[in-house]
Amino acid sequence: MQADDLAAIAEKHRTSRKQYCLRTCMSAGCVSSRADAIKQGLDAAVKAQGLEAEVEVRRVGCMGFCGLGPLVGLDGRGEKEILFEHVKPEDAPAIVRAAQGQEHGLQVGDPDHPFFAKQMRVVRANGGIIDPERIEDYIAANGYQALHHVLTETRPSEVVEEVTRSGLRGRGGAGFPTGLKWGTVAKSPGAKKYVVCNGDEGDPGAYMDRSILESDPHLVLEGMAVAAYAVGADQGFLYVRAEYPLAISRLQIAIRQAKQLGLLGGGIFETPFNFNVDIRIGAGAFVCGEETALMASVEGRRGTPRPRPPFPAERGLWGCPTLINNVETFANIAPIINRGAGWYAGIGTARSKGTKVFALTGKVQNNGLIEVPMGITLRQIVEEMGGGAIGGAKVKAVQTGGPSGGCIPAEFLDTSVDYESLTKLGSIMGSGGMVVMDETTNMVEIARFYMDFCRDESCGRCIPCRAGTVQMFNLLEKIVTRRATARDIALLEELCDLVKHTSLCGLGQTAPNPVLSTLRFFRNEYLELLQPGPSGGEAAVPPAGPGLAAAN
Amino acid sequence: MRDKETSVARVLRHASGDKRFKILEAQIKKFQGRQDALIEVLHKAQELFGFLEDDLLLFVAYRLKLPPSRVYGVATFYHFFTLKPQGAHTCVVCLGTACYVKGSAKVLAAAEAAARIKAGETTADSQLSLLTARCIGACAIAPAVVYDGQVAAKQTTEMVLAQLEKWREPCKPTT
Repeated sequence: MQADDLAAIAEKHRTSRKQYCLRTCMSAGCVSSRADAIKQGLDAAVKAQGLEAEVEVRRVGCMGFCGLGPLVGLDGRGEKEILFEHVKPEDAPAIVRAAQGQEHGLQVGDPDHPFFAKQMRVVRANGGIIDPERIEDYIAANGYQALHHVLTETRPSEVVEEVTRSGLRGRGGAGFPTGLKWGTVAKSPGAKKYVVCNGDEGDPGAYMDRSILESDPHLVLEGMAVAAYAVGADQGFLYVRAEYPLAISRLQIAIRQAKQLGLLGGGIFETPFNFNVDIRIGAGAFVCGEETALMASVEGRRGTPRPRPPFPAERGLWGCPTLINNVETFANIAPIINRGAGWYAGIGTARSKGTKVFALTGKVQNNGLIEVPMGITLRQIVEEMGGGAIGGAKVKAVQTGGPSGGCIPAEFLDTSVDYESLTKLGSIMGSGGMVVMDETTNMVEIARFYMDFCRDESCGRCIPCRAGTVQMFNLLEKIVTRRATARDIALLEELCDLVKHTSLCGLGQTAPNPVLSTLRFFRNEYLELLQPGPSGGEAAVPPAGPGLAAAN
Repeated sequence: MRDKETSVARVLRHASGDKRFKILEAQIKKFQGRQDALIEVLHKAQELFGFLEDDLLLFVAYRLKLPPSRVYGVATFYHFFTLKPQGAHTCVVCLGTACYVKGSAKVLAAAEAAARIKAGETTADSQLSLLTARCIGACAIAPAVVYDGQVAAKQTTEMVLAQLEKWREPCKPTT
């Protein structure tokens, strides 16, 4: 495989395209609403009307507007695509009539809707456009050009430099500068190094990584291969949740196809660079999103974290230097190489560059996946793109960062979406879950919901997290059921502080965040549930020792 | 020690003649018997047998040359693995944040009441296992429920009860 071969595949694929294309979303959300029957119906209708030469029915990945699914897009009629919403299998003949320019009488979406218009698609550029199960589609969309470029024209150190200059930060949530991490792994001594893609998207209410893996698996593989070249690794692991069977099967297909074309494996692009990727399937443990726990799981052990340092960049899988990045981080690499670090650094704010994919869900009109430039305000996302709360209700809060994040109240909706601003409000960027809550949502119950989650998912390795999450949950339960007094709130705050500062890994260190942020912004809701306590007002703080004993 | 030897012998005798063990063995060979493939092997084992019974775990331990404690430790650590047999049908209610905000707790409570079991349990007649998931990533179509592996969108209490009822019907005695 050389540059010419790549160009030939792309050219052949482009010329074989038909005049009209019916793109059928076959991502997990739409598939659950019978998208497979819709695709079969479209195939049959095209055949029945004898249009095989003109109309292509293409399986595509996530089109984004999942709340209106199943979706079918029509290209070739007019300048803009025609988007059919809430499609049913029996609509297939009418959609094929629409492809011929005839009356169809179906519900059609507005392609200029703010939900689409305000997006900036870098990572999701191919999502909903290409067939994720055909490598030719990806190659025709300039796929594997970045890998070819770095392998044949740049040194590994230049790749690290380019990624550093782009300002890309880890999309898993914490926002560690990606270039710095790559540089550390590249400099770590060792003949054997590994690249790991963290696809253990455990935050409840988030599905960006699932969508990227289902819609554009080669983009992630290409990003991993570029990273491997930059840091000097020859083996990669893609860790995916078992809850995402469709993503796993598409990745398996993608890896097989890439190997067949010599884009993975030995001597890629006829250079001495070798890179293999194996899929590792998770088994339902939230803590495995933490990098040291993830490595234990890749090695086939219980997914418990270990203290850092040493960081994985120095001693990771089987003691070798290991680069671990999130799915979305790897998905940003090929666009950065193709279009340049300068272009990428031009998007976003001073310290948060590029775009971020969010799963906009909860009590909001327009549910779905959006990719927006950093620096956009929460109000633009929730009110303009999301269309506000359902049924004209008032938005009460926006939750970001899942069980590690916090609830941002409506009065701060004008906050810019970047790592620092969200942290200042006691939340985090997180992996991209954005759950909108309206006035009917009880914030204390939400805090209890997250603590229940953390209690369940705590791996049990360190005591603050193992015992602390249980005690915090019990206190929240006591508050929700109106049995608590002001002393319990004080005790809860004390425990939050303790667990936050003494837990071994990120799970425990951030578990108190949903409680702390709701206590900060919605304290009244807690106070309303209290019983008049023996110690009187809220200010009374019990001494630490007896307080803890009382909770046990 | 004697105990362990006899249990290995028993497991291998149990395994001979069962085609599923042959398939599992082929999978282990595919991973070249690598011990770090333990989780992948357990996934395959659960897919073939439905759940991980003790003899099956011992078989995996023996074939991967791992101590049974290590295999048992991994099997019990991860939520996805189950050591108990599942019912003929499974109903998994997603309790992710988006589903929770949109009322999945009510859906679960209704299912629990209708099936007269708690989440995580199987009915006495082994017809239904009621389970919960932490998030299946179907947040835009919340609340989501997975019936026998098929994700269903925007579920209401009535829809869940109707599905449970549908499963119950063919099992009614035909008198």
